Amino acid sequence: MLKGKGIPVFITFIVGTIMIFSFFIPHKPFGDLEKISLNWYSIIAGFTMLLGVDSLIGMHYRKITRRTGNWGYSIVLIAGFTGTVVIGIIETIRLGTAFNEASYFTYIYNYFIVPLQSTMFSLLAFFIASAAYRAFRARNFDATLLLITAIIVMLGRVPLGEQISPNLPKFTEWIMQVPQMAAKRGIGLGISLGALGVSIRILLGIERSYLS
Amino acid sequence: MRFINFINKLDKRWIYLVLALCIIIPFLFPIGFPMKTTAPVKSIYDFIEDSIPEGGVVLIGADYDPSTMAELHPMAKVIATHALSNNLRVLFVTLYPQGAGMAQDVIENVLREWNNSNPDNQKELGKDITLLAYVPGVSAVVLKMGEDIIETFNEDGYGNKLSDLEVMKEIKNYNDIDLMVELAGSAVVLTWLIYANGRYGLNVGIGTTAVSAAEYYSYLQSKQAIGMLGGLKGAAEYENLLSKKGVYWGRKDATVGMDAQSSAHIFFIILIVLGNIAYFVSKKQKGGR
Repeated sequence: MLKGKGIPVFITFIVGTIMIFSFFIPHKPFGDLEKISLNWYSIIAGFTMLLGVDSLIGMHYRKITRRTGNWGYSIVLIAGFTGTVVIGIIETIRLGTAFNEASYFTYIYNYFIVPLQSTMFSLLAFFIASAAYRAFRARNFDATLLLITAIIVMLGRVPLGEQISPNLPKFTEWIMQVPQMAAKRGIGLGISLGALGVSIRILLGIERSYLS
Repeated sequence: MRFINFINKLDKRWIYLVLALCIIIPFLFPIGFPMKTTAPVKSIYDFIEDSIPEGGVVLIGADYDPSTMAELHPMAKVIATHALSNNLRVLFVTLYPQGAGMAQDVIENVLREWNNSNPDNQKELGKDITLLAYVPGVSAVVLKMGEDIIETFNEDGYGNKLSDLEVMKEIKNYNDIDLMVELAGSAVVLTWLIYANGRYGLNVGIGTTAVSAAEYYSYLQSKQAIGMLGGLKGAAEYENLLSKKGVYWGRKDATVGMDAQSSAHIFFIILIVLGNIAYFVSKKQKGGR
Protein backbone atom coordinates (compact mmCIF):
# COMPACT_ATOMS: atom_id res chain seq x y z
CA MET A 1 0.00 0.00 0.00
CA LEU A 2 1.32 3.42 -0.95
CA LYS A 3 1.68 5.98 1.79
CA GLY A 4 3.81 9.00 2.77
CA LYS A 5 6.60 9.80 0.30
CA GLY A 6 5.75 6.67 -1.71
CA ILE A 7 2.81 8.51 -3.36
CA PRO A 8 4.84 11.33 -5.04
CA VAL A 9 7.56 8.80 -5.96
CA PHE A 10 4.94 6.57 -7.62
CA ILE A 11 3.41 9.57 -9.49
CA THR A 12 6.91 10.61 -10.64
CA PHE A 13 7.63 7.10 -11.91
CA ILE A 14 4.33 6.82 -13.84
CA VAL A 15 4.45 10.33 -15.36
CA GLY A 16 8.16 10.08 -16.16
CA THR A 17 7.72 6.72 -17.87
CA ILE A 18 4.78 8.02 -19.93
CA MET A 19 6.84 11.05 -21.05
CA ILE A 20 9.77 8.86 -22.08
CA PHE A 21 7.53 6.49 -24.07
CA SER A 22 5.62 9.33 -25.70
CA PHE A 23 8.86 11.04 -26.75
CA PHE A 24 9.87 7.99 -28.76
CA ILE A 25 6.35 6.72 -29.65
CA PRO A 26 4.24 9.83 -30.28
CA HIS A 27 1.18 7.74 -31.32
CA LYS A 28 -1.97 6.67 -29.47
CA PRO A 29 -2.28 6.32 -26.52
CA PHE A 30 1.07 7.91 -25.59
CA GLY A 31 0.64 10.92 -27.90
CA ASP A 32 -2.66 11.88 -26.25
CA LEU A 33 -1.27 11.30 -22.77
CA GLU A 34 1.69 13.51 -23.62
CA LYS A 35 -0.63 16.27 -24.86
CA ILE A 36 -2.58 16.17 -21.58
CA SER A 37 0.66 16.14 -19.57
CA LEU A 38 2.00 19.16 -21.44
CA ASN A 39 -1.21 21.12 -20.76
CA TRP A 40 -0.94 20.23 -17.07
CA TYR A 41 2.72 21.21 -17.12
CA SER A 42 1.89 24.67 -18.50
CA ILE A 43 -0.80 25.19 -15.85
CA ILE A 44 1.53 24.06 -13.05
CA ALA A 45 4.32 26.26 -14.45
CA GLY A 46 1.91 29.23 -14.24
CA PHE A 47 1.21 28.46 -10.59
CA THR A 48 4.92 28.11 -9.80
CA MET A 49 5.19 31.80 -10.75
CA LEU A 50 2.66 32.60 -8.03
CA LEU A 51 4.75 30.55 -5.59
CA GLY A 52 7.82 32.54 -6.66
CA VAL A 53 5.98 35.83 -6.10
CA ASP A 54 4.78 34.61 -2.68
CA SER A 55 8.32 33.63 -1.72
CA LEU A 56 9.84 36.92 -2.94
CA ILE A 57 7.28 39.16 -1.26
CA GLY A 58 7.33 37.05 1.94
CA MET A 59 11.12 37.26 2.20
CA HIS A 60 11.22 41.04 1.73
CA TYR A 61 8.22 41.59 4.03
CA ARG A 62 10.08 39.70 6.78
CA LYS A 63 13.21 41.80 6.13
CA ILE A 64 11.17 44.97 6.62
CA THR A 65 9.38 43.82 9.78
CA ARG A 66 12.64 42.55 11.34
CA ARG A 67 14.64 45.61 10.16
CA THR A 68 17.47 43.38 8.90
CA GLY A 69 20.38 44.80 6.82
CA ASN A 70 19.39 46.97 3.81
CA TRP A 71 15.68 46.60 4.62
CA GLY A 72 15.03 49.91 2.90
CA TYR A 73 15.66 48.28 -0.49
CA SER A 74 12.92 45.76 0.32
CA ILE A 75 10.41 48.62 0.59
CA VAL A 76 11.48 49.78 -2.90
CA LEU A 77 11.05 46.23 -4.23
CA ILE A 78 7.58 45.74 -2.77
CA ALA A 79 6.48 49.23 -3.87
CA GLY A 80 7.84 48.60 -7.39
CA PHE A 81 6.21 45.18 -7.59
CA THR A 82 2.81 46.35 -6.30
CA GLY A 83 2.86 49.45 -8.51
CA THR A 84 3.66 47.44 -11.64
CA VAL A 85 0.95 44.85 -10.95
CA VAL A 86 -1.69 47.52 -10.23
CA ILE A 87 -0.78 49.52 -13.35
CA GLY A 88 -0.78 46.29 -15.42
CA ILE A 89 -4.32 45.46 -14.24
CA ILE A 90 -5.61 49.03 -14.77
CA GLU A 91 -4.11 49.21 -18.28
CA THR A 92 -5.53 45.80 -19.20
CA ILE A 93 -9.00 47.05 -18.23
CA ARG A 94 -8.47 50.41 -19.97
CA LEU A 95 -6.81 49.29 -23.22
CA GLY A 96 -7.62 45.59 -23.46
CA THR A 97 -3.95 44.64 -23.02
CA ALA A 98 -1.18 45.91 -20.78
CA PHE A 99 1.26 45.51 -23.68
CA ASN A 100 -0.30 48.34 -25.71
CA GLU A 101 2.24 50.95 -26.85
CA ALA A 102 0.25 53.69 -25.09
CA SER A 103 0.08 51.76 -21.83
CA TYR A 104 1.91 52.89 -18.68
CA PHE A 105 2.86 49.24 -18.15
CA THR A 106 4.91 49.36 -21.37
CA TYR A 107 6.29 52.73 -20.22
CA ILE A 108 7.54 51.13 -16.97
CA TYR A 109 9.18 48.33 -18.96
CA ASN A 110 10.82 50.63 -21.51
CA TYR A 111 11.94 53.40 -19.19
CA PHE A 112 12.61 51.63 -15.88
CA ILE A 113 13.37 47.94 -16.42
CA VAL A 114 15.31 48.25 -19.69
CA PRO A 115 17.76 50.97 -18.54
CA LEU A 116 18.18 49.44 -15.07
CA GLN A 117 18.95 45.93 -16.30
CA SER A 118 21.16 47.16 -19.15
CA THR A 119 23.14 49.32 -16.72
CA MET A 120 23.60 46.45 -14.27
CA PHE A 121 25.01 44.21 -17.00
CA SER A 122 27.15 46.99 -18.48
CA LEU A 123 28.98 47.32 -15.15
CA LEU A 124 30.47 43.91 -15.90
CA ALA A 125 32.81 45.52 -18.46
CA PHE A 126 34.34 47.68 -15.72
CA PHE A 127 34.83 44.73 -13.38
CA ILE A 128 36.43 42.73 -16.21
CA ALA A 129 38.80 45.63 -16.95
CA SER A 130 39.85 45.85 -13.31
CA ALA A 131 40.20 42.06 -13.02
CA ALA A 132 42.19 41.84 -16.27
CA TYR A 133 44.62 44.38 -14.87
CA ARG A 134 45.03 42.91 -11.40
CA ALA A 135 44.46 39.17 -11.66
CA PHE A 136 45.27 37.97 -15.19
CA ARG A 137 48.92 37.06 -14.59
CA ALA A 138 51.19 34.56 -16.37
CA ARG A 139 52.05 32.84 -13.07
CA ASN A 140 52.60 29.37 -14.59
CA PHE A 141 52.36 27.49 -17.91
CA ASP A 142 48.56 26.96 -17.72
CA ALA A 143 47.90 30.61 -16.88
CA THR A 144 50.24 31.74 -19.70
CA LEU A 145 48.44 29.49 -22.21
CA LEU A 146 45.08 30.85 -21.08
CA LEU A 147 46.36 34.42 -21.29
CA ILE A 148 47.78 34.07 -24.80
CA THR A 149 44.62 32.31 -26.04
CA ALA A 150 42.41 35.01 -24.50
CA ILE A 151 44.40 37.77 -26.22
CA ILE A 152 44.21 36.00 -29.60
CA VAL A 153 40.46 35.37 -29.27
CA MET A 154 39.79 38.93 -28.06
CA LEU A 155 41.62 40.35 -31.07
CA GLY A 156 40.19 37.83 -33.51
CA ARG A 157 36.59 38.58 -32.48
CA VAL A 158 36.74 42.28 -33.37
CA PRO A 159 37.23 43.93 -36.79
CA LEU A 160 40.51 45.48 -35.63
CA GLY A 161 42.02 41.98 -35.43
CA GLU A 162 41.30 41.55 -39.12
CA GLN A 163 43.21 44.77 -39.81
CA ILE A 164 46.23 43.53 -37.83
CA SER A 165 46.33 40.25 -39.76
CA PRO A 166 43.71 38.53 -41.93
CA ASN A 167 44.87 35.22 -40.39
CA LEU A 168 43.94 36.28 -36.87
CA PRO A 169 40.15 35.72 -37.24
CA LYS A 170 40.88 32.40 -38.99
CA PHE A 171 43.11 31.27 -36.14
CA THR A 172 40.46 32.41 -33.62
CA GLU A 173 37.84 30.39 -35.50
CA TRP A 174 40.17 27.36 -35.42
CA ILE A 175 40.61 27.75 -31.64
CA MET A 176 36.82 27.88 -31.22
CA GLN A 177 36.06 25.03 -33.61
CA VAL A 178 38.78 22.56 -32.61
CA PRO A 179 40.38 22.71 -29.13
CA GLN A 180 37.57 24.70 -27.51
CA MET A 181 34.85 22.52 -29.00
CA ALA A 182 36.66 19.29 -28.08
CA ALA A 183 36.78 20.37 -24.44
CA LYS A 184 33.17 21.60 -24.46
CA ARG A 185 31.94 18.39 -26.07
CA GLY A 186 33.71 16.31 -23.43
CA ILE A 187 32.18 18.42 -20.66
CA GLY A 188 28.79 18.27 -22.37
CA LEU A 189 28.88 14.47 -22.62
CA GLY A 190 29.84 14.24 -18.96
CA ILE A 191 26.99 16.55 -17.92
CA SER A 192 24.47 14.66 -20.08
CA LEU A 193 25.51 11.27 -18.69
CA GLY A 194 25.29 12.69 -15.18
CA ALA A 195 21.81 14.13 -15.87
CA LEU A 196 20.71 10.79 -17.33
CA GLY A 197 21.95 8.97 -14.23
CA VAL A 198 20.17 11.39 -11.87
CA SER A 199 16.95 11.15 -13.95
CA ILE A 200 16.96 7.34 -13.70
CA ARG A 201 17.59 7.57 -9.96
CA ILE A 202 14.64 10.01 -9.58
CA LEU A 203 12.33 7.81 -11.69
CA LEU A 204 13.21 4.72 -9.66
CA GLY A 205 12.75 6.59 -6.39
CA ILE A 206 16.40 6.22 -5.33
CA GLU A 207 17.01 9.97 -5.43
CA ARG A 208 14.39 11.68 -3.24
CA SER A 209 16.06 14.94 -2.26
CA TYR A 210 13.60 16.87 -4.49
CA LEU A 211 10.83 15.90 -2.05
CA SER A 212 12.39 17.56 0.97
CA MET B 1 60.95 51.88 -11.54
CA ARG B 2 58.63 54.83 -11.04
CA PHE B 3 56.56 53.50 -13.92
CA ILE B 4 56.21 50.06 -12.27
CA ASN B 5 55.21 51.71 -8.98
CA PHE B 6 52.67 53.81 -10.87
CA ILE B 7 51.16 50.69 -12.45
CA ASN B 8 51.07 48.78 -9.19
CA LYS B 9 49.39 51.63 -7.32
CA LEU B 10 47.09 52.85 -10.11
CA ASP B 11 43.63 53.70 -8.77
CA LYS B 12 41.05 51.51 -10.55
CA ARG B 13 38.79 54.54 -11.05
CA TRP B 14 41.26 55.75 -13.73
CA ILE B 15 40.83 52.41 -15.48
CA TYR B 16 37.05 52.83 -15.33
CA LEU B 17 37.30 56.34 -16.76
CA VAL B 18 39.53 55.33 -19.70
CA LEU B 19 37.31 52.31 -20.43
CA ALA B 20 34.22 54.54 -20.43
CA LEU B 21 35.93 56.85 -22.93
CA CYS B 22 37.04 53.86 -25.06
CA ILE B 23 33.39 52.83 -25.32
CA ILE B 24 31.69 56.22 -25.64
CA ILE B 25 33.99 57.92 -28.20
CA PRO B 26 33.51 55.29 -30.98
CA PHE B 27 29.74 55.62 -30.56
CA LEU B 28 30.02 59.36 -31.20
CA PHE B 29 32.62 59.07 -33.97
CA PRO B 30 32.20 55.64 -35.62
CA ILE B 31 35.26 54.31 -37.44
CA GLY B 32 33.57 51.49 -39.35
CA PHE B 33 36.30 48.87 -39.65
CA PRO B 34 35.59 46.51 -42.57
CA MET B 35 34.52 43.00 -41.58
CA LYS B 36 34.56 39.64 -43.29
CA THR B 37 31.49 37.46 -42.98
CA THR B 38 31.99 34.20 -41.12
CA ALA B 39 30.45 30.94 -42.40
CA PRO B 40 27.91 30.41 -39.55
CA VAL B 41 26.43 33.89 -40.17
CA LYS B 42 26.40 33.46 -43.94
CA SER B 43 24.54 30.16 -43.71
CA ILE B 44 21.57 31.74 -41.85
CA TYR B 45 21.54 34.61 -44.35
CA ASP B 46 21.71 32.22 -47.31
CA PHE B 47 18.95 30.04 -45.88
CA ILE B 48 16.55 33.00 -45.64
CA GLU B 49 17.69 34.30 -49.01
CA ASP B 50 17.58 31.09 -51.04
CA SER B 51 15.69 28.33 -49.25
CA ILE B 52 12.42 29.94 -48.14
CA PRO B 53 9.74 30.65 -50.76
CA GLU B 54 7.74 33.90 -50.73
CA GLY B 55 5.05 33.77 -48.02
CA GLY B 56 7.17 31.36 -45.98
CA VAL B 57 7.43 31.67 -42.22
CA VAL B 58 10.38 32.62 -40.02
CA LEU B 59 9.95 32.08 -36.29
CA ILE B 60 12.20 34.25 -34.09
CA GLY B 61 12.68 33.30 -30.45
CA ALA B 62 13.18 36.42 -28.32
CA ASP B 63 14.34 34.69 -25.14
CA TYR B 64 16.43 37.48 -23.71
CA ASP B 65 16.00 40.46 -21.45
CA PRO B 66 17.47 43.99 -21.34
CA SER B 67 20.74 42.71 -19.80
CA THR B 68 21.75 41.07 -23.10
CA MET B 69 19.79 43.27 -25.51
CA ALA B 70 22.94 45.13 -26.61
CA GLU B 71 24.04 41.99 -28.45
CA LEU B 72 20.75 40.25 -29.24
CA HIS B 73 18.44 43.14 -30.16
CA PRO B 74 20.37 44.02 -33.35
CA MET B 75 20.17 40.34 -34.36
CA ALA B 76 16.38 40.31 -33.98
CA LYS B 77 16.12 43.49 -36.04
CA VAL B 78 18.26 42.28 -38.95
CA ILE B 79 16.65 38.86 -39.19
CA ALA B 80 13.10 40.27 -39.04
CA THR B 81 14.02 42.93 -41.61
CA HIS B 82 15.63 40.38 -43.91
CA ALA B 83 12.56 38.15 -43.71
CA LEU B 84 10.18 41.04 -44.44
CA SER B 85 12.33 42.15 -47.38
CA ASN B 86 11.82 38.70 -48.93
CA ASN B 87 8.06 38.91 -48.28
CA LEU B 88 8.21 36.23 -45.62
CA ARG B 89 5.97 36.17 -42.57
CA VAL B 90 7.61 36.70 -39.18
CA LEU B 91 6.42 35.24 -35.88
CA PHE B 92 8.09 36.17 -32.63
CA VAL B 93 7.85 33.77 -29.72
CA THR B 94 9.18 34.10 -26.19
CA LEU B 95 9.57 31.56 -23.43
CA TYR B 96 10.70 34.26 -20.94
CA PRO B 97 8.24 36.84 -19.57
CA GLN B 98 10.71 39.67 -20.21
CA GLY B 99 11.24 38.61 -23.82
CA ALA B 100 7.77 39.90 -24.76
CA GLY B 101 8.87 43.50 -24.20
CA MET B 102 12.01 42.93 -26.25
CA ALA B 103 10.09 41.38 -29.15
CA GLN B 104 7.49 44.16 -29.09
CA ASP B 105 10.21 46.78 -29.32
CA VAL B 106 11.81 45.02 -32.30
CA ILE B 107 8.46 44.63 -34.10
CA GLU B 108 7.60 48.29 -33.52
CA ASN B 109 11.01 49.51 -34.76
CA VAL B 110 11.26 47.20 -37.74
CA LEU B 111 7.71 48.00 -38.93
CA ARG B 112 8.27 51.76 -38.53
CA GLU B 113 11.59 51.75 -40.38
CA TRP B 114 10.30 49.43 -43.09
CA ASN B 115 7.11 51.41 -43.73
CA ASN B 116 8.96 54.74 -43.75
CA SER B 117 11.36 53.43 -46.38
CA ASN B 118 8.97 51.34 -48.45
CA PRO B 119 5.74 53.28 -49.03
CA ASP B 120 4.85 50.91 -51.90
CA ASN B 121 5.24 47.73 -49.86
CA GLN B 122 3.75 48.45 -46.44
CA LYS B 123 3.89 45.75 -43.77
CA GLU B 124 1.27 45.31 -41.08
CA LEU B 125 1.13 43.91 -37.60
CA GLY B 126 -1.04 40.79 -37.67
CA LYS B 127 -0.68 40.40 -41.43
CA ASP B 128 3.07 40.14 -41.91
CA ILE B 129 4.45 39.98 -38.40
CA THR B 130 3.28 39.32 -34.85
CA LEU B 131 4.31 38.20 -31.39
CA LEU B 132 2.83 35.02 -29.94
CA ALA B 133 1.51 35.46 -26.39
CA TYR B 134 3.75 34.42 -23.51
CA VAL B 135 2.83 30.99 -22.16
CA PRO B 136 4.76 29.54 -19.20
CA GLY B 137 6.34 26.11 -19.47
CA VAL B 138 9.49 26.50 -21.65
CA SER B 139 10.10 22.93 -22.94
CA ALA B 140 6.38 22.08 -22.69
CA VAL B 141 5.60 25.09 -24.91
CA VAL B 142 8.20 24.02 -27.48
CA LEU B 143 6.74 20.49 -27.55
CA LYS B 144 3.13 21.72 -27.74
CA MET B 145 4.01 23.99 -30.68
CA GLY B 146 5.11 20.87 -32.53
CA GLU B 147 1.50 19.63 -32.37
CA ASP B 148 -0.54 22.84 -32.74
CA ILE B 149 0.77 26.42 -32.54
CA ILE B 150 -2.64 28.17 -32.43
CA GLU B 151 -3.91 25.82 -29.72
CA THR B 152 -0.73 26.44 -27.68
CA PHE B 153 -1.03 30.24 -27.60
CA ASN B 154 -4.65 31.06 -28.58
CA GLU B 155 -3.77 34.77 -28.73
CA ASP B 156 -0.99 36.99 -29.95
CA GLY B 157 0.91 39.26 -27.57
CA TYR B 158 -1.55 42.10 -28.31
CA GLY B 159 -4.66 40.18 -27.25
CA ASN B 160 -5.90 39.24 -30.77
CA LYS B 161 -7.16 35.72 -31.51
CA LEU B 162 -4.49 33.91 -33.51
CA SER B 163 -7.07 32.10 -35.66
CA ASP B 164 -8.30 35.50 -36.92
CA LEU B 165 -4.86 36.74 -37.98
CA GLU B 166 -3.74 36.64 -41.59
CA VAL B 167 -0.13 36.06 -40.55
CA MET B 168 -1.20 32.68 -39.10
CA LYS B 169 -2.90 31.52 -42.30
CA GLU B 170 -2.15 27.85 -43.01
CA ILE B 171 0.18 27.56 -40.03
CA LYS B 172 -0.56 24.52 -37.91
CA ASN B 173 2.74 23.33 -36.46
CA TYR B 174 6.48 23.16 -37.14
CA ASN B 175 5.83 21.59 -40.57
CA ASP B 176 4.66 25.05 -41.66
CA ILE B 177 7.64 26.95 -40.23
CA ASP B 178 10.59 27.27 -42.61
CA LEU B 179 13.17 28.50 -40.12
CA MET B 180 13.43 29.19 -36.42
CA VAL B 181 16.15 31.53 -35.17
CA GLU B 182 16.53 31.39 -31.41
CA LEU B 183 18.00 34.51 -29.81
CA ALA B 184 19.11 33.86 -26.26
CA GLY B 185 22.04 34.20 -23.93
CA SER B 186 20.99 31.18 -21.90
CA ALA B 187 20.58 27.42 -22.21
CA VAL B 188 17.05 27.82 -23.63
CA VAL B 189 18.73 27.46 -27.05
CA LEU B 190 19.23 23.79 -26.19
CA THR B 191 15.48 23.36 -25.63
CA TRP B 192 14.86 24.35 -29.25
CA LEU B 193 17.70 22.18 -30.53
CA ILE B 194 16.69 19.10 -28.52
CA TYR B 195 12.91 19.23 -28.93
CA ALA B 196 12.07 21.35 -31.99
CA ASN B 197 14.99 20.19 -34.13
CA GLY B 198 15.65 16.77 -32.61
CA ARG B 199 12.06 15.61 -32.46
CA TYR B 200 10.27 17.62 -35.14
CA GLY B 201 13.12 18.35 -37.56
CA LEU B 202 12.62 22.13 -37.46
CA ASN B 203 15.48 24.11 -39.03
CA VAL B 204 17.04 26.01 -36.14
CA GLY B 205 19.52 28.89 -36.30
CA ILE B 206 21.17 30.36 -33.21
CA GLY B 207 21.77 33.95 -32.19
CA THR B 208 23.60 34.21 -28.91
CA THR B 209 25.90 36.37 -26.84
CA ALA B 210 29.64 36.18 -27.57
CA VAL B 211 30.28 34.58 -24.20
CA SER B 212 27.71 31.81 -24.86
CA ALA B 213 28.70 31.18 -28.50
CA ALA B 214 31.40 28.70 -27.46
CA GLU B 215 28.64 26.38 -26.16
CA TYR B 216 27.07 25.84 -29.58
CA TYR B 217 29.93 25.09 -31.98
CA SER B 218 29.34 21.36 -31.53
CA TYR B 219 25.71 21.79 -32.66
CA LEU B 220 26.89 23.65 -35.74
CA GLN B 221 29.34 20.91 -36.61
CA SER B 222 26.70 18.20 -36.17
CA LYS B 223 24.32 20.28 -38.41
CA GLN B 224 21.68 20.40 -35.67
CA ALA B 225 21.89 24.18 -36.07
CA ILE B 226 22.04 25.62 -39.57
CA GLY B 227 24.07 28.66 -38.51
CA MET B 228 24.93 31.03 -35.71
CA LEU B 229 25.24 34.73 -35.02
CA GLY B 230 27.78 34.93 -32.21
CA GLY B 231 27.69 38.16 -30.23
CA LEU B 232 27.60 41.69 -31.59
CA LYS B 233 30.06 40.70 -34.34
CA GLY B 234 27.57 38.17 -35.73
CA ALA B 235 24.88 40.87 -35.84
CA ALA B 236 27.31 43.34 -37.45
CA GLU B 237 28.25 40.82 -40.15
CA TYR B 238 24.55 40.27 -40.88
CA GLU B 239 23.97 44.04 -41.07
CA ASN B 240 26.74 44.26 -43.65
CA LEU B 241 25.22 41.44 -45.70
CA LEU B 242 21.87 43.24 -45.72
CA SER B 243 23.57 46.52 -46.62
CA LYS B 244 25.24 44.85 -49.60
CA LYS B 245 21.82 43.60 -50.65
CA GLY B 246 20.59 47.18 -50.29
CA VAL B 247 17.98 46.35 -47.66
CA TYR B 248 19.09 47.62 -44.29
CA TRP B 249 18.55 51.35 -43.96
CA GLY B 250 18.30 51.97 -40.21
CA ARG B 251 21.10 52.85 -37.83
CA LYS B 252 23.59 49.99 -37.86
CA ASP B 253 23.59 49.39 -34.11
CA ALA B 254 25.85 46.34 -34.21
CA THR B 255 28.40 47.81 -36.65
CA VAL B 256 28.72 50.98 -34.56
CA GLY B 257 28.92 48.86 -31.42
CA MET B 258 31.78 46.83 -32.89
CA ASP B 259 34.00 49.94 -32.95
CA ALA B 260 33.38 50.39 -29.22
CA GLN B 261 34.01 46.70 -28.63
CA SER B 262 37.27 46.84 -30.65
CA SER B 263 38.63 49.72 -28.60
CA ALA B 264 37.52 48.09 -25.32
CA HIS B 265 39.26 44.82 -26.28
CA ILE B 266 42.46 46.70 -27.15
CA PHE B 267 42.29 48.49 -23.81
CA PHE B 268 41.84 45.13 -22.00
CA ILE B 269 44.89 43.74 -23.81
CA ILE B 270 46.98 46.80 -22.89
CA LEU B 271 45.88 46.38 -19.26
CA ILE B 272 46.80 42.68 -19.26
CA VAL B 273 50.23 43.40 -20.77
CA LEU B 274 50.94 46.28 -18.35
CA GLY B 275 49.76 44.21 -15.39
CA ASN B 276 52.07 41.35 -16.39
CA ILE B 277 55.08 43.65 -16.94
CA ALA B 278 54.57 45.04 -13.45
CA TYR B 279 54.15 41.50 -12.07
CA PHE B 280 57.39 40.18 -13.62
CA VAL B 281 59.48 43.25 -12.71
CA SER B 282 58.22 43.09 -9.10
CA LYS B 283 58.91 39.34 -8.99
CA LYS B 284 62.46 39.86 -10.32
CA GLN B 285 63.13 42.54 -7.73
CA LYS B 286 61.90 40.34 -4.90
CA GLY B 287 64.05 37.45 -6.22
CA GLY B 288 67.12 39.71 -6.38
CA ARG B 289 66.87 40.72 -2.72
